[in-house]
Amino acid sequence: MVSLSELLVNEQATIRSFSIGRSETNRLASLGLTPGAQVDMTQNYGRGPLIVMVRGTRVALGRGEAAKIFVERNSS
Amino acid sequence: MSDRQTTSVPEQPVMVGEKLPLIALAGQPNVGKSTLFNFLTGLNQHVGNWPGKTVERREGKFTFNDRRYNLVDLPGTYSLTANSPEEVIAREFVLRDQPDVVIAVVNASNLERSLYLVAELVTLPAPVIVALNMMDVAAQEGLCIEPEVLEAALGVPVIPITATRAAGTLALLNVIEDTLAGNFLLTPRLPEIRADHRIALDEILNHITGNVPSPYPPEWVALKLLEGDTEITRTMQNTLPVEKWEAVNAVLRNHDDALLAVASGRYEWIGRMVRAAVVQPRMGQISWTKRLDEWAAHPFWGLWILAGILGLVFWLTFTIGSPAQVWLDSRVVGGLSTLAGRVLAEAPFWVRGLVVDGILGGAGAVLTFLPIMVIFFAVFGLLEDTGYMARAAYVMDNLMHLMGLHGKSFLPLFLGFGCNVPAVLGTRVIDSKPARLLTILIAPLVPCTARMAVVAFLAPAFFGPNALLVSWVLVLFSMLILVLSGSLLNKLIFNGQRSAFIMEMPLYHLPNSRTIGLLVWQRTLSFIRKAGTNILAMALVIWVLSVLPGGNFQTSYLVQFGKFIEPVGRWMGFDWRLTVALIASFPAKENAIATLGVLFGNDQGVGLVQSLTSTYSVASGLSFLVVTMLFIPCMATVAVIRQETNSWGWTMFNIAFMLMISIAADSGVYHLAHWVGL
Repeated sequence: MVSLSELLVNEQATIRSFSIGRSETNRLASLGLTPGAQVDMTQNYGRGPLIVMVRGTRVALGRGEAAKIFVERNSS
Repeated sequence: MSDRQTTSVPEQPVMVGEKLPLIALAGQPNVGKSTLFNFLTGLNQHVGNWPGKTVERREGKFTFNDRRYNLVDLPGTYSLTANSPEEVIAREFVLRDQPDVVIAVVNASNLERSLYLVAELVTLPAPVIVALNMMDVAAQEGLCIEPEVLEAALGVPVIPITATRAAGTLALLNVIEDTLAGNFLLTPRLPEIRADHRIALDEILNHITGNVPSPYPPEWVALKLLEGDTEITRTMQNTLPVEKWEAVNAVLRNHDDALLAVASGRYEWIGRMVRAAVVQPRMGQISWTKRLDEWAAHPFWGLWILAGILGLVFWLTFTIGSPAQVWLDSRVVGGLSTLAGRVLAEAPFWVRGLVVDGILGGAGAVLTFLPIMVIFFAVFGLLEDTGYMARAAYVMDNLMHLMGLHGKSFLPLFLGFGCNVPAVLGTRVIDSKPARLLTILIAPLVPCTARMAVVAFLAPAFFGPNALLVSWVLVLFSMLILVLSGSLLNKLIFNGQRSAFIMEMPLYHLPNSRTIGLLVWQRTLSFIRKAGTNILAMALVIWVLSVLPGGNFQTSYLVQFGKFIEPVGRWMGFDWRLTVALIASFPAKENAIATLGVLFGNDQGVGLVQSLTSTYSVASGLSFLVVTMLFIPCMATVAVIRQETNSWGWTMFNIAFMLMISIAADSGVYHLAHWVGL
């Protein structure tokens, strides 16, 4: 398992868990980020915010938030 | 799960002219809800606030088949959990006001995400109709959706529409009519949750049954408790007998992962719907959005694009706004003044003075700012409607970190360029309290249209062809002060903490002229209303103070007051007139010019611009421009700061802070300018 912020552009992964507060978890869930959801890294320059594609939606996340979301890379 | 037919069927209003059928429009952000609202109501809409909140409430009426309907636009929300005031408003409205129909607008090109709200809505006791919007976008992306299959799977009517081209809206209206007449037997399929949590849910339901306050359905309350909804948890803690609350709490403690289980349950439900209804999935083509974002959301190029767009806005203001302003000033206001002077030639001096100097001089000057306001409203509406606003937040996230804020704070601050009042109100999108307070405190440092209008009037007077450059530098200077103030306040008061940045990046789409047109119309109308009362009143007060006592201007109260505090103004290179104009800008920033107009009104036959340039040095002019950018927030902004911070302490702190900054920075600028010989 790696944190979402370590995912490279065009890499796909499955969300496994969050270590983030309840209200943030709620907001992530309403935007489609739940354990089991597939994410596709769209933009990640290694610093600053990043963009992931999840359930057909582009979601922007701060680097700090992405670091607290744990994913498993899909074996290609 | 609950059986909605038996629990609460809203009464059917039969008689025309009695109570109008109430229809609520619900939907997530970026699904085209406003477009549908504007199409149905047109100019027949009213914009206000939700009672006790500062969230915008839009309500309108429309007629279909000779029957009138009341349409309420609920705030756009991703879910109905108590994460934000908007979400509480939306669900409380459905529960308490009991709309006859709830139209849930979903984005056909993004079914999976936008059905999430529907999954929550169907558990509430109101008939739901799904408006499957953006069918055109879905088709462009190669998605093929079968609305009939979705309808059968959901158990509620599904109507495909394209609100931007008004396609399918007739069918939607027919279904609303049929639903009100009771022609549909609604049996929505409800989302389910995992078996082990199902047991917990039943246990909670057992404990709370009989103690749930109306109008909340017990099943729904049990689910919200399991989700850890703050509002419902508080309500039930206050209503339940202690031993029952303890029992509920014990169940909740054993299921603290239930929040994600409930959310996953909803997505499983959605997954089943989508698999059934989407015949041909999205093709792997690279979308326009992705291609544009490679530039607009790029950490380097994105900033340049943003700077370019802001530059374009100011360029538009000066090339279209300023000439229109001059025309309005000389032809309309000037013409009316001459006419009024001629008509009232025989009237007593004070009547002529009141009409020509007070009313026409004050309110007329404000009306000449309209072209600039309209340009700003239109440009910001355009950026919002195309989806660019989110990119601006995204690329500004890094810079906002300097102040302990994140990209979302950029949106309200950006709005501040139009007017600081919506900027302060707009801080509601920021979820953490300290970040929100900090954004409110620095928002008045964003130069608003009213201040830019003063700049647009004075900069050409003092700097001629260099006016545009000077205006740019003034804006950059304000931004620098804003960043410095933000990081200072963050370190001193908030110990450098920061909140979460989680935001949808909507698809780019072509702007809708109707949506933007109505937005510009509504905002301009509210500006005129403000100008018509607040600013006109102030202009009259200024005029009265300038003739009392005894009708001699040189001995008037206004001159006496200006001379009294002139020593402070002199640090910044002001005489008493500029000092008075600055003070008069408190009720509304644009009053500065109106006041100078009244103060120099005695110089018969000489335009205000000539009076000013012949009276003041360039250094004083520059100094006045700088202080205009940084001075204490206007009256309306102070009022909303008080309302949004809910504290006179923070409001007073904000005013004192800005007063200090403006006097310190401006004294520096004046003496520097004086020293280099301006």
